[in-house]
Amino acid sequence: MNRRQSKLMKVTSGVYAAFIFLFLYAPIAVLIGLSFNESKLRSSWGGFSLKWYASLFQNDRLMEALWTTLLLALLSAAIATVIGTVAALALHNMRGPFRSVLLSVTNIPMLNPDIVTGVSMLLLFTFFAYPMGFSTLLMSHVAFNVPYVCMSVLPKLKQMNPSLIDAAMDLGMKPMTAIWKVVVPEVLPGVITGFLLAITMSIDDFIISFFTSGVGVSTLSVEIYSMTKRGINPEINALSTIMVVVVLALLIAVNLRPDHKDGEMINIG
Amino acid sequence: MKYKGLTYTYTAYAFAFFFAPLLLILFYSLTADAAGRDFTFTLAHFARFFDFSHPQYMKVLVDSFRIALISTVICLLLGYPMAYVLANMKPRVRSFLSLLFVLPMWMNFLLRTYAWMSLLETNGLINMLLTAIGLPPITIMYTEKAVILGMVYNYLPFMILPIYNSLIKLDGSLLDSADDLGASPWQTFSKVTVPLTKPAIFSGINMVFMPSVTTFAISTLLGGSSTTLIGTLIENQFKVANDMGFGSAMSVIIMIFVFGTSALSGGSKDEEVGL
Repeated sequence: MNRRQSKLMKVTSGVYAAFIFLFLYAPIAVLIGLSFNESKLRSSWGGFSLKWYASLFQNDRLMEALWTTLLLALLSAAIATVIGTVAALALHNMRGPFRSVLLSVTNIPMLNPDIVTGVSMLLLFTFFAYPMGFSTLLMSHVAFNVPYVCMSVLPKLKQMNPSLIDAAMDLGMKPMTAIWKVVVPEVLPGVITGFLLAITMSIDDFIISFFTSGVGVSTLSVEIYSMTKRGINPEINALSTIMVVVVLALLIAVNLRPDHKDGEMINIG
Repeated sequence: MKYKGLTYTYTAYAFAFFFAPLLLILFYSLTADAAGRDFTFTLAHFARFFDFSHPQYMKVLVDSFRIALISTVICLLLGYPMAYVLANMKPRVRSFLSLLFVLPMWMNFLLRTYAWMSLLETNGLINMLLTAIGLPPITIMYTEKAVILGMVYNYLPFMILPIYNSLIKLDGSLLDSADDLGASPWQTFSKVTVPLTKPAIFSGINMVFMPSVTTFAISTLLGGSSTTLIGTLIENQFKVANDMGFGSAMSVIIMIFVFGTSALSGGSKDEEVGL
């Protein structure tokens, strides 16, 4: 939609947009500025320095958490992609009341507040006295990612010509081969979307990781939370600056794709 | 039915990892001390929460809803005009601006919340600026206001996004015909634009309200001990007090309330966002 606007409206709109952008960006700009401040005090500018970056990279806990986060994101997204695609296939081939039951169950992690999902996974592991660690983080991340993958694959299955799979089997393919050779290539865009979405969700997650991480293993978010709880620390400023730069680079790369839809916002889910 | 094996395997998985954990919450909330293997049925955890002679827990629940509601209303009041302004820009400009809009959302929300800590502190930057221009400093850090500010800051894009995506798809000829038929700009807006974007408004409200009402990180970092939310209470039961029964009871309560409100406003938190 595009409406004709008076001069006054245009100016007001511009001022308002500027105000909101200032609100969104001022805090981040301040963090970036302070990350180069030699002095630990925020009230004085001690000159330009990269020392917080240096000490950030020597912070073993944080570096380890970064490694855990990346490994967890890739592994959980890969596993969730397989399970989520199977889930979509199962739901696609089902009829009747049992299908809607399974669909509702699949939707549980997506509809529940994260804190409830976190608590429920924690209880699952404590109930079976399963020790908390990387494997519990992995199982939880897989679990909350499965519905997102499933929901990105399901519409692609609906668009697929149902006779394709019958044709493949009539021509002598085994059912599993038919899935692998016919269905998977057909729904691949949905599978890839699901995989990327799962990676983002996993990196972005704090609450569920907070409840399911064990002693000695934590993700970047959990580590950041315990750091910020202890108060202001210039290393976090340096970390934020690096994250802003990485995210900016990724977003520019993604949005420069020629097929990008005009003006539509990308969403992190 | 094709692919029975796959279907059964997935069904087993879904029930084990999605459904069973929810049942466990219910089980822990209704047993005396499941963590200590005492499985006696009891309503004591719920009674402790809804104790009218010591209403401190109910007060926390009411506070959480009140604060989340205030944040949601502020997000709507700030977000709708922003989405409207963006949607009315030239496509080239708005696709660039919308990119700028998502950028902060991709940064870890704890870092975004942390950013406000150094601004809002008693000797933080805002107060330094105020003192420099001769105004009295403000005390906002570790108050409820700081928590609301943190929520609005974190969740505003969740309100703008669905509304913006719905506004750019709006059929302009409907607005033109309203104009032609003599509606004032305000009438066109309130009688045509708003009703047509209603689903997006509701989905925005849901996406802001739900994380606001269950957060514990924002309130801990910006509110300190001034603001206890239901999320903080739950986190405490599992991480500090180790009273899993009571924590589970509160999780059940929050689940019922959240599903109740989202049923009232209609739709799920992921509707209308468009991937």
